Amino acid sequence: MLELDIRKSLRTRERHFELELQFSTSARRIVVFGPSGAGKSLTLQAIAGLLRPDRGHIVLCERRLFDSGAGIDASPREREVGYLFQDYALFPHLTVRQNIGFGLTRSLLNPRRSRRDPRVERWLAALGIAELADNYPWQLSGGQRQRTALARALVREPRALLLDEPFAALDPMLRERMRDELDALQRRLDIPMVLVTHDPADIERFGDATLEITVRQSAPRVHHAGGTGSHAAIAAGEGAGLAEQR
Amino acid sequence: MEPAWVALGLSLKVAGWACLLNLILGVGTGFALARFRFPGRDLLDAMLTLPMVLPPTVLGYYLLVLIGRRGPIGAWLYEHFGIHLVFTLTGAIIAATIVSFPLVFKSARAAFETVEPQLEKAARVLGVSETAVFFRVSLPMAWRGILAGLLLAFARALGEFGATLMVAGSIQGQTQTLSIAVYEAVQAGQDRTANLLVAIVSITCVVVLVTVGRLSPARTAH
Repeated sequence: MLELDIRKSLRTRERHFELELQFSTSARRIVVFGPSGAGKSLTLQAIAGLLRPDRGHIVLCERRLFDSGAGIDASPREREVGYLFQDYALFPHLTVRQNIGFGLTRSLLNPRRSRRDPRVERWLAALGIAELADNYPWQLSGGQRQRTALARALVREPRALLLDEPFAALDPMLRERMRDELDALQRRLDIPMVLVTHDPADIERFGDATLEITVRQSAPRVHHAGGTGSHAAIAAGEGAGLAEQR
Repeated sequence: MEPAWVALGLSLKVAGWACLLNLILGVGTGFALARFRFPGRDLLDAMLTLPMVLPPTVLGYYLLVLIGRRGPIGAWLYEHFGIHLVFTLTGAIIAATIVSFPLVFKSARAAFETVEPQLEKAARVLGVSETAVFFRVSLPMAWRGILAGLLLAFARALGEFGATLMVAGSIQGQTQTLSIAVYEAVQAGQDRTANLLVAIVSITCVVVLVTVGRLSPARTAH
C-alpha cells in the first residue's frame, strides 16, 4: 500500500534537520507515531506532494508518486489524496457547503453559496452537518470542523486519506467519539489511510502497521527498523499493534 | 466657477487610472514579494517603496529624465509611436501612479503575508491549479487589506502635486489637476475658487479615510 524511502535535509537558522525514512507495508491503516518535531508532519506532506524529498521514492496504492531516480514528481493535485490538516485548514471565507465543494470545481471562482451539488449534500448528511451547511468555520465547534474537513477531503473520492494529528485539537471526551466515527467511516469506505499522531491510543485503534519516528542524537533521524542498524527507529509489519521498539 | 469642476474631473481621471494600474502592478508585485524568496528581495522592496519617501520634485525630475523627449524611454516612445508624455494627462497619470504605487504594493504584500500558507496547501491538495489557489484563496483573504491600500493610493493620487507639476505642467483644462488649481488660485488671489477647491479635496479625503478605517477592523470581527 505504502512504500517510502526518502531523505530530506532542512536547514533553518536554528537547526539542521535530517529526515531519513524507509518503510514499506501492505496494511491499509498505517499510523506514523513519534514525538513532536520528529518529522511526522513532514512525512505526510511528502506523501501529499507538499514537500519534495531530496531523494528517494514514494509509492502509494501502486502508484509511483515520487522517484528522484526516474525524475517522477507528481504535483499535489495529481496525487489525488485526501489530507486532513491538524487545525483542519478550513477556508474562513467560505461556508461549510462551499468548503466541502471546493475541490469539485476546477474553475477560477469558488462555488457559489447557493449552489447545490448532490455529492456535497450527500456528505453533509452522512456526517450529520447538514444543518450547519451555511455556517462559516468560525461558527463551528472542534468536532464540527473536523467533520467538515473530512467531508471536504472525502467528497473527491481520494485514493488514500492522510490525517495529521486529527484528534489533537479536540477535548478528551470528543476525541474518543471522533475516533469511533473515523474508525467506522474508514471501514465503511475501505479507504487506505495514513494517520500521524503522538497519542498511543491512536496506534491501538488504527495501527495495522506502525511507523515510529524517533529523534536521534542532535539531529532527528529516522530509519526503518527491519531488524538492521543500531539506530533503527521502528517499523511494523502487517497486523502488528504497537511498535516493538520505542 | 467652471474651471474648478474641470480640475476635479481631471483629478478623478488621474487618480482613477492610477488606482487601476496599481491594482494590477501593486497587487502583482506585492504577491510576488510575499511569496517568493530570491536574492535582493529586500533591496527591491526598498526601491519600490522609494516613491513614498522621496521628495515629489526629485521623483518628478527622475521621470523627466526618463520619459522626456531625450530620455531613454521618452525617445523610444516618440521614435516608434510618436507618443509624447511630458505636459500631457498621460504624464500626470504616470506620475500619480508611481507616487501612489508603494501604498498599494505595501498593503498588498502585508495582506498576502497574513494568509495562512496552510490554507493554500489545503487548496493544492484539493486539486485546484496555482492560478485558482490565488483567485479562490489568497486574493479573497487579502482583499480587505488590498482595498484599504487602494483607497489610500486614490487619495494620494488625488492630492499629487509636485511630480505632476514637473512632468505634466499646469495647463488649464488639460493637465491642471485639483491640487495644482488650488496653487494657481491662491497665487492669483482667487479666494472663492481656492475655498471651493480646498473643500472638495478635504471632503473627498475624509470620506476615503473613514472608508479605510471601516475596512480594517472588520477583519478582526470574524
